[in-house]
Amino acid sequence: MITAERKPLAEIIDCIGENRRILLVGCNECVTVCAAGGRKEVATLASALQMNSMRHGKTLDIREMTLERQCDPEYVEQLAPFIDQADVIVSMACGCGVQEVVRRFRNKRIYPAVNTKFMGASEGPGVWAERCHGCGNCLLGLTGGICPIARCSKSLMNGPCGGSSKGKCEIGSDVDCVWQLIWDRLKELGIEDQYENVIMAKDWSTERGGGPRKIVREDLA
Amino acid sequence: MQTFEPVIVAFCCHYCAYTAADMAGSMRLSYPANVKIVRVPCSGKVDTIHMMKALEKGADGVLVAGCLDGDCHFKNGNTKAVRRVALVQETLKELGIEPERLSMVTMSAGMGTRFAQIATDFTEEIRKLGPNPVCAGIEAKAAAGAVAKAN
Ligand code: SF4
Ligand code: SF4
Repeated sequence: MITAERKPLAEIIDCIGENRRILLVGCNECVTVCAAGGRKEVATLASALQMNSMRHGKTLDIREMTLERQCDPEYVEQLAPFIDQADVIVSMACGCGVQEVVRRFRNKRIYPAVNTKFMGASEGPGVWAERCHGCGNCLLGLTGGICPIARCSKSLMNGPCGGSSKGKCEIGSDVDCVWQLIWDRLKELGIEDQYENVIMAKDWSTERGGGPRKIVREDLA
Repeated sequence: MQTFEPVIVAFCCHYCAYTAADMAGSMRLSYPANVKIVRVPCSGKVDTIHMMKALEKGADGVLVAGCLDGDCHFKNGNTKAVRRVALVQETLKELGIEPERLSMVTMSAGMGTRFAQIATDFTEEIRKLGPNPVCAGIEAKAAAGAVAKAN
């Protein structure tokens, strides 16, 4: 999933400024799962913004809406009847969701209420960790299913650097050295010999090196 | 000048605090009528939304009352409630509102006396803090508007 964290309230309040009619839009998918921008977080933020305003003697007119997916035009369309009644849109979806709203409603200012973080997985209640950089040419098949691009601090492709110590990365004792994890995994599977296969220099044009990426599926287009 | 009577919303778990409040009643222990009880199936059911909306709609103080540590009927609802209360307190701080307006307390179903004591102490604490600044802001503005109109 795509993970996110709510921005500090002061920053959101600052963006809204003197605007009074707010369309506050959440998303039912990734940001709901990571408890950053789902229906509950939308309601809580609406309450916080309202309380802040009331403290200063004003009330806001906040419409709360949580779309099934803010990154799909079909769902973004559901905002159409309410756009004119809003001075600004505040989005609690990831950056993809914010930009999909922008693509559809060109004449309205929109502010993000979350900081989009990374593609990750939930390691336990309240803990999310980075797992994939979307490099466009997955090599998990060569590394026992553990990604050295996303999980090695230097994205090293052929074993650890000299900073690997006792299974930890040199950037911090709470960060696993991914090459230790890969080695342990290969051993578990009894395929240690795979470690000796050299992974060739990666073609980064399938990652960000090739500029913004797009998938076009003729069968679906 | 009007005396300030705080409004306290107490989210009380059915298995402990709610029964304790009941017991306080049958023990003829009095506690302030300021405390409005909302019965919930577990303190873990009390979401951040409920605490925030209570304060937004005008409560001067909010209590979340759950079972004693390790005694939750649903295993760990009370420990989840503790963390949620802490999160909302952080939000209140961000808004410049006293986090003391929200509090988590624990008790067993038999602790009628403790319930009455907590209700009394918390009401006094909120009385000292004064009215919820959220509503005070709106009222001050309305009053200023009325004065301006009269002039
Ligand atoms: S907008 Fe799309 S990618 Fe972003 S959180 Fe919602 S579902 Fe996930
Ligand atoms: S190799 Fe590339 S696609 Fe596969 S998990 Fe790592 S970053 Fe993601």
